[in-house]
Amino acid sequence: MTIDALLFQALNGLASASSLFLIGVGLSIIFGVSRIVNMAHGSLYMLGIYIAYSCATHIGGAFGFWGGIVISTLLVAAIGAMIEIVLLRRIYRAPELFQLLATFAVVLVVSDLTLWIWGNEDLLGPRAPGMTGAVEILGRRMPTYDIFMMFVGPAVLLVLYWLLARTRFGRLIRAATQDREMVGALGVDQARLFTLVFALGAGLAGLGGALQLPREPANLAIDLNLIGDAFVVVVVGGMGSITGAYLAALIIAEIKALCIALGAQTIFGVSFNFSRLTLVAEFLVMAVVLIVRPYGLMGRAQGLIRTLAIPEEPVRAADAMTKGLAGIVLAVLVVMPLASAYWPYATVLGIDMLIAALFATSLHFIKGPGGMHSFGHAAYFGLGAYGAGLAVKAGGLSTMPALLVVAPLAAFAGAALFGWFCVRLSGVYLAMLTLAFGQIVWSIVYQWETFTGGSNGVVGVWPQGLLADRSIYYWLVLALTVSGVMFLRTVIFAPFGLGLRAVRDNPLRAAAIGLDVRRIQWIAFILAGTVCGVAGGLYAFAKGSISPETIHVGRSIDGIVMVLLGGLQTVSGPVIGGPLFTLLQDTLIRQVSYWRAALGIVILIIVLVFPQGVVGSIAHWRQWLAERARRPA
Amino acid sequence: MSTSVLSVDNLNAWYGAAHILFDVSLNIGRGEVVALMGRNGAGKSTTLKAIMGLIERRSGAVTFEGRDISRLDPFRVARLGLGYVPEDRRIFTELTVNENLDVGRQPSRTWSDGNPAPVWTEERLFALFPNLGAMPDRPGGQMSGGEQQMLTVARTLMGNPLLVLLDEPSEGVAPVIVEQMVNTIVALKQEGLSILLSEQNIHFAEAVCDRAYVLEKGHIRWQGEMQALLADTETQRALLTI
Amino acid sequence: MSVLEVAGLAKSFGGVKAVDGVTFNVERGEFLALIGPNGAGKSTCFNMINGQLTPDAGDVRLDGRSIARLSPRQIWSAGVGRTFQIAATFASFTVIENVQMALLSHRGEVYRFVGGVGPRHREEAIALLDRVGMADQSYRSSRELAYGDVKRLELAIALANDPKLLLMDEPTAGMATKERNELIALVKRLVVEHGISVLFTEHSMDVVFTFADRIVVLARGRLIAEGDAASIRANKDVQAVYLGTGKVFERKGAARPSGAQAP
Ligand SMILES: Nc1ncnc2c1ncn2[C@@H]1O[C@H](COP(=O)(O)OP(=O)(O)OP(=O)(O)O)[C@@H](O)[C@H]1O
Ligand SMILES: Nc1ncnc2c1ncn2[C@@H]1O[C@H](COP(=O)(O)OP(=O)(O)OP(=O)(O)O)[C@@H](O)[C@H]1O
Ligand SMILES: [Mg+2]
Ligand SMILES: [Mg+2]
Repeated sequence: MTIDALLFQALNGLASASSLFLIGVGLSIIFGVSRIVNMAHGSLYMLGIYIAYSCATHIGGAFGFWGGIVISTLLVAAIGAMIEIVLLRRIYRAPELFQLLATFAVVLVVSDLTLWIWGNEDLLGPRAPGMTGAVEILGRRMPTYDIFMMFVGPAVLLVLYWLLARTRFGRLIRAATQDREMVGALGVDQARLFTLVFALGAGLAGLGGALQLPREPANLAIDLNLIGDAFVVVVVGGMGSITGAYLAALIIAEIKALCIALGAQTIFGVSFNFSRLTLVAEFLVMAVVLIVRPYGLMGRAQGLIRTLAIPEEPVRAADAMTKGLAGIVLAVLVVMPLASAYWPYATVLGIDMLIAALFATSLHFIKGPGGMHSFGHAAYFGLGAYGAGLAVKAGGLSTMPALLVVAPLAAFAGAALFGWFCVRLSGVYLAMLTLAFGQIVWSIVYQWETFTGGSNGVVGVWPQGLLADRSIYYWLVLALTVSGVMFLRTVIFAPFGLGLRAVRDNPLRAAAIGLDVRRIQWIAFILAGTVCGVAGGLYAFAKGSISPETIHVGRSIDGIVMVLLGGLQTVSGPVIGGPLFTLLQDTLIRQVSYWRAALGIVILIIVLVFPQGVVGSIAHWRQWLAERARRPA
Repeated sequence: MSTSVLSVDNLNAWYGAAHILFDVSLNIGRGEVVALMGRNGAGKSTTLKAIMGLIERRSGAVTFEGRDISRLDPFRVARLGLGYVPEDRRIFTELTVNENLDVGRQPSRTWSDGNPAPVWTEERLFALFPNLGAMPDRPGGQMSGGEQQMLTVARTLMGNPLLVLLDEPSEGVAPVIVEQMVNTIVALKQEGLSILLSEQNIHFAEAVCDRAYVLEKGHIRWQGEMQALLADTETQRALLTI
Repeated sequence: MSVLEVAGLAKSFGGVKAVDGVTFNVERGEFLALIGPNGAGKSTCFNMINGQLTPDAGDVRLDGRSIARLSPRQIWSAGVGRTFQIAATFASFTVIENVQMALLSHRGEVYRFVGGVGPRHREEAIALLDRVGMADQSYRSSRELAYGDVKRLELAIALANDPKLLLMDEPTAGMATKERNELIALVKRLVVEHGISVLFTEHSMDVVFTFADRIVVLARGRLIAEGDAASIRANKDVQAVYLGTGKVFERKGAARPSGAQAP
């Protein structure tokens, strides 16, 4: 490989940096102002590509292409504004991150909508009229369009920089980022401001998508594939810093380009294919940056943010009614396998729902009381699953020790290692570092074929002996789930749980009364990871096989959805949220062809009817009624 | 003081299901400075927030400059010329002093009788609060508590309000600055501004206020001239615990 | 003997010298007020003594032992309690849980994973709340307290570790006059009865002049005066930068400013 080749790849990297920047910057603006983790950002980008495709092919010609870019941008901006007005505006007072659930529902709906309109074939757009040629650089040919793209990123950066730093609109946005209610009290129509911000962020996503049309085909997987990239750019750059976002995009694109240029190399006699690294390059960069600079390249520690969210109530022990209800549910669960005579599927579904309950409860433990929003909880689930599976297949252990010792131990080790780094951060930065670790685990599993079986995974992991009977396995799952849930619940009410919540509420105050903030969070992280490992182990034996899907970010997101669905601010929420989500998903997949849209719509309805999560809202209503009864107004 | 700028009738307010204000009624005339007093938790801040529209659940009539504002969003209330200075400051810590002031900026306005109301500029405010003038480019988060307090008052004045709801402005501010604040309020008053001042420092209230309302547990228990309150040691002891 | 010795303490932020070579002592059982204009560096001093900030130069000694570079957590275990200028409590807790948390930490019982918190140290927590007049609100959620009550709760939290030294940054801000005096009288009683030393800042001169044993005045990061109430009050420099004419805190001198006519 020559220096020329390296330089050429570096130039290529500049073009990719622009695309990456456009992917991230809109998300950064939306998150910065509204604190909404907009999962639908990738969907908006995807719509941008598809709309641009339709314009370019139906209208055709230069106008169809370039005009199409403008049309996509505006149309997607309008869609963004609509999402804000119709949906998000109603739930700003819901607890932190709840809006994520709503935007996730939008992802599902948009995904099926796109499928319905454009079909499921990849659509490759035309080349850009006027830029179809290539220019010779360093003895290689570089497409004119790529050269154009190199300049688009910096140009957008300049415009946005001017808008945010130099105009009153920008100042209002930054002020609203911190305290929107106060901005309103100073005479600013903050509702409109938020709609505009959402439209701006969505429009940027649309623009990014439309500009990408000549470079990659429009396809249905873009929405979720992209959201990871977008978050990485935002976080590596530093929340709220658009200059940082560009810098981050540049670094990541260049490192990827470098990996491709290096290709397979032999270092000290070991041959290694660097291009494999492109799968995780951004996540490695993110992990390193966050460990060295906890607020990203150009970010600063955030001041206190005032949200409109209703603050958390003190947790109170379950009352007699709740306990009674739990007893009845438990009794029903115990006898459930008897129903399999009439409905054989009951046991299988029951196992899935119970495992979901345990998974969601372990995630809720660090998210709710711990205030640490993990986006990579699937890592511990996967470590448990693979730990148990490989212990049986490669280690020759029998089911019980694999399940009760190896699975939790594998997850424990992962959580202890990753948690140590994660608790040094907070807020979104922490969330993104967990995501990065999740992705790193995923790609190791995916690429280490000799040990993990790569994309095929591990097969033939069925429980042995007595446990081979589905009903008996079900009872084991039930017993372990109930113990796991009860254990974490006990911890929440014990002194340690109080300490954990204290640290979440106010780390400054907590340190001033002698609490070791990081240590407490670390222990909580490890506890949650370990319990999650058990859930993973149970899953492995329930399915009989494990694939890298087990660790995929999709599962982490499912976990978050389960927790939010049940209600972040209640101790019992995840026990309901996990099974409910599993049940919904399972039923819809089997009954409806456009099941994603259907699931999305169901979630949307739940979001609007139960703005505190299902359990949270019920508790809220009960309390409200009780207080009303106590002092008649 | 014949024309009433703000009148509140039978205002009730709730936090969730908790009933906090009970039929609060009060009146403020043009150019009048009125104290809202009462011990901790009496409902002073809640009254100001409810007037401003910052409390979701409330009932009763609030009339400002002849318009019913009891159903308006806070930003519409602010645009009519009602300024609000919260007790916990709530400055924008990421923005500089100048930028904070800019967020508060609103067009100049006139009274309902067509006379122009006082207009504020950065220069005038810096003359009033020299501390701020010395640090126009410092981010709010890096200012001392008292400096932030001055900034929050200045920021509200940038909106050229006709009436200001001031929640404990003297709190955490050095005595020399409190004195300045007294002079400022007197100056504002002379320009025709009205002020509703929630205050615990009776010396401060005495120095600037014409009349006073005293709240207890969300009810108005006493109202009258400031001088009368000062003379009425019985009420002071019972309601203000002085 | 001095409980706290602060020697040559300094801290700059960027170019701003927030604290610039400050030296003073707090004697055992002393009630020492640190006063000065806004931005003088009082809270910054507190943050260095308490470990929230690391000093650029100088030393802080507690009972002769240097604590200048310890973490807030270590300084709390060394016996320093603190209240914040912007009151800080645990918003999702009930009032009593706030105090129980501090007691659990003091007793080294945080790492217990079983057994509910409810009954642990309940009596003691209530006794502490009673001291600050908050016992009747024990089971309210602390986020719905009026601001003055948050301040009192904070004091109860700070007292939970039987501190040798209590740092109070504007403890009575936001309180009514009588409660203000009561609270300070209570703190003063602690000073006398339990030999606790208190270093506090206040902008309420009624409180400072009535209760402080000694007063240290800071301006622009430097110490400009030190002495008892009478001498500080008479000090021309202090009057110029801080006290003003005294009309906003003294009944007698309360001449109405020209222009404010009685209605
Ligand atoms: N967010 C809230 N939720 C529930 N109750 C609240 C909330 N904020 C205040 N309260 C309650 O409302 C009552 C009135 O509070 P308010 O803040 O208006 O008092 P205040 O007179 O301003 O007191 P202070 O002088 O301490 O500022 C108090 O009993 C308080 O506990
Ligand atoms: N993090 C920071 N970065 C930059 N400057 C700061 C920072 N923190 C404080 N300052 C500045 O240092 C000076 C001292 O601040 P400090 O908070 O110690 O004042 P203070 O004496 O407590 O004032 P107050 O009585 O108003 O609370 C102020 O001018 C303040 O603006
Ligand atoms: Mg108040
Ligand atoms: Mg201070």
